[in-house]
Amino acid sequence: MNSTAETITATGIPSGKIGVWWFLASEITVFGGFIASYIVVRLGSSGWSEAAAHLNFSLALVNTFVLLTSSLTMVLAFAAVEGGNRKRLRTYLWLTILLGLTFLAIKAFEYGGEIAAGFTPGAGIFWSFYYGMTGLHALHVLGGVVVNLILLFATLRGLLKPNEHRVELAGLYWHFVDIVWIFLFPLLYLT
Amino acid sequence: MSEKLGFWRTYLFSTDHKTIAKQYFTLGLLWAIVGGLTAYLMRWQLAFPDTEVPGWGFIAPDFYNMLVTMHGTILVFFVAMPILLATFGNFLIPLMIGARDMAFPRLNMLSFWVFALASLVLLISFFVPGGAASAGWTGYPPLSAKADYTGVGWGINLWILALALEFISFLMGGINFLTTTINLRAPGMTFFRLPLIIWMQITAAVLFMLSVGPLIAGAVMLLMDRTLGTTFYLPEGGGEPLLWQHLFWFFGHPEVYVILLPGLGMVLETMPAFSRKPIFGYRPIIYSTIAAGILSFIVWAHHQFISGMDPRLAMPFSITTIIISVPFALIVFAMIATLWRASIHFSTPMLFALGTLSVFILGGLTGIFNGSAPIDIYIHDTYFVVAHFHYTLFSATFFAGFAGITYWFPKMFGRMMNETLGKIHFWLTFIFFNATFIPMHFVGLGGMMRRIANPMEYEFLKSLQPVNEFITVCAILLLISQIPFVVNFLWSMIRGSVAERNPWQANTLEWSAPSPPPHGNFETIPVVYRSPYEYSSPEATEDWLPQDRPLTPSAAARQ
Repeated sequence: MNSTAETITATGIPSGKIGVWWFLASEITVFGGFIASYIVVRLGSSGWSEAAAHLNFSLALVNTFVLLTSSLTMVLAFAAVEGGNRKRLRTYLWLTILLGLTFLAIKAFEYGGEIAAGFTPGAGIFWSFYYGMTGLHALHVLGGVVVNLILLFATLRGLLKPNEHRVELAGLYWHFVDIVWIFLFPLLYLT
Repeated sequence: MSEKLGFWRTYLFSTDHKTIAKQYFTLGLLWAIVGGLTAYLMRWQLAFPDTEVPGWGFIAPDFYNMLVTMHGTILVFFVAMPILLATFGNFLIPLMIGARDMAFPRLNMLSFWVFALASLVLLISFFVPGGAASAGWTGYPPLSAKADYTGVGWGINLWILALALEFISFLMGGINFLTTTINLRAPGMTFFRLPLIIWMQITAAVLFMLSVGPLIAGAVMLLMDRTLGTTFYLPEGGGEPLLWQHLFWFFGHPEVYVILLPGLGMVLETMPAFSRKPIFGYRPIIYSTIAAGILSFIVWAHHQFISGMDPRLAMPFSITTIIISVPFALIVFAMIATLWRASIHFSTPMLFALGTLSVFILGGLTGIFNGSAPIDIYIHDTYFVVAHFHYTLFSATFFAGFAGITYWFPKMFGRMMNETLGKIHFWLTFIFFNATFIPMHFVGLGGMMRRIANPMEYEFLKSLQPVNEFITVCAILLLISQIPFVVNFLWSMIRGSVAERNPWQANTLEWSAPSPPPHGNFETIPVVYRSPYEYSSPEATEDWLPQDRPLTPSAAARQ
C-alpha cells in the first residue's frame, strides 16, 4: 500500500491532478479577492490613473512576453515528458526556470526605479495595491521556479521517472501564475 | 504495512491518518485549556471588576482586550477547527469510505506540522513585548492596522502569521479531504452511499477553501500596513477600513458553517445508531447542506449592519440570511423525524447528540433576530450576540464534539469509555451551559456591550450586575464540569474495558475494521452494498445491516 498516486482510483483521474485543481481553485479566490478589492476601492476614489502613469509600461510589456514565453517552454517540457525525451525535458525546464528568474529580475529593477523616484509602498493607496498585488504574484513566480528546480534536480538524479506526471501538475500551477499576470498587467498598467 | 516503524515515525512524524487525527486532537484539547482559562479570567473580571482573580491576580483593561481577542482566536481557529475538522475528518474519511489512508499521506503529515507551527507562533505571541493581539478576534482596522492604536506591536504581527499558517495547514488538509473522498472510495461506495458526516466534512472543506482566499489577500494587506507602511486600511492614505470587514466576513460567515457542518454530521451519525432507525431524509439533508453552503457565500454583510456600509445593502443581506435558515431548519426537522417513534438508547454519545440538537435550535432562533437588520441595529455588539454565537458554536464544538469523541472513542483507542462518568459529564455540562448563556441574552437586551472590561463603569448596567455574577458562577462550574470528561478520557484510554469491532452495532464501514484499526485500516478493502443507515431492516435478522455485508450470494454477485 505504499502509495496512492499509482493505485487505481474511484474516478480514474490521478489524485495529484485533483489535488492541484482544488489548490488552484483556492488560489483563484486569493487573487480574486485581491483584484476585487482593488476594483472596488478604485471605483470609490480618484487619482489612481495619475499614479499609474508613473509605472514603467515598456518594462512591464517585456515582462509580459517573458512570462508568456515561459508558459510555452513549460508546455514543451510536458510534451517532452509525453514523448519520453529526457534531454528535451531538461532543456525546457531550464528555459522555464531562466525565464521565471528573468521576470523576477526585471520586476526587481522596476521596483528599484519606482522606489528611487519616491513611489514607496507608503506613497498612496494605488502604490499599496501595486506592491501588494505584484509582490504576491512575484512570490508565486518564485514558488513556481522552486518547484521547477526540484523537478529539474530530480530528472538530473534520475528520480523523476516514476513520477513524471508531476511535470504536468507543475505546469498547471505555472500557467495559473501566468494567467494571474494577464489580469494584473492591464489592471495596473493600462488604466 | 507490516514493517516496523520507529518511535518517531509511529508517534510524531507519522503519515497514518489516525495518528495525525490524534495529534490534532491533543493539540486542540491543550488549546481548549488555554481557551477555558481566558474565559475564566474574563468572567471573573466582569462579575467582580478589578478584584484579584483567584490564582491569577489583577486584570488591567488592555490585558482584558487581549483576553477577548485570544479567546475568540483560540476557540475558533485552534480548538473548533482542529477538533471538528482535522481530528474527525482525518480519522473518519478514510475509514468510512473504505480507504487505507488519505490520498496524500505525507501532505497530511505536513499539514499537521504547519498547524503545530501556527500553534507555536500563537503561543510565542503571548510573550513578546507588548503582549498578544488585542484588536478583537475579528482584527478590525484601523485599530489593528497600526501598532500605535493598540500598543501591541509584534503581538498582532505574530497573530496574523499564526492565522496565515493555520490557513495554509487547513488548505492542505482540505485538498486531502476532497481528493480522498473523490478518488479513494471503496468499490460500491457511491456518493449517495457516503455517510452524512463525510458529506458535511467535504462541504466544509469546499467552503473553507473557496472563502479563505480573500481573507488571505486581506491578511497580506493588513501585514503590509503594519510592516511596510502601506495604507490599504488607513483612511489618511486613501485606504478603506471597511474593506477588511468585507474580506473578513466573506470568509468569516462560511467559516461558521465550516465548524457547524462537521458538528451536525456527528449528530447525524450518532442519532440513527442509537435510535435504531434509518436517518430521515438522507438526500434532502445532503441537498440542504449544499444549498446552505452556497448561500453562506452571500450573507456576510449581516455582520456589518452598523458598520457604516451602504444601508441599502442591509435588506438583501437580511433576506439571504433568513433564507439560509431554511436548509438548516430542514436538517433539524430531519433529526427530529429520525427520533420519532424510535427505540432511543440514552447512551452518552446520544445524550450529547440530543444536547447539540436542543442547544442548536435555540442558537438558530436567535440568529433570526441578529440577521434582520431592524432588530440587529439594537442588539448589535451586545451580549445577545455573544449568547447567540455561543449557542451555535458551543453546541457544534463541544456538545457535538463530545458526541463524536464518546461515539468513536472505542474505534480510536480500542477501549470503551465509562458510561456513568459520561452521563455525569453530560448533565453537568448541559445544565451549566444553559445557566451561563441563557442569562446572557437578557444582559445583552439590557444593553451590555461586548468586549467591555468593567460593566460597573456604566450607570445603566449596574442593575444587571447580579446577573453577571450569576453567569460567572455558572461559567466556572461549567469549566469544572469538564473534569469528569478529562478523568474518563485518560482513565478509559488505559483502563477502559476492551472494545470489540462494532460495540454500537452500527452500519458504517469504520466498524468493520479492528478497534483500533492498524496502519492500513482494513484486512481487505470492503465492498459496499447499501446506504449507511439501514437499521431495523426487514431484510436482516438483526436490527442493523452493515454497509459491507452481502445479504445473499446473488446480491453479492450483482455488485
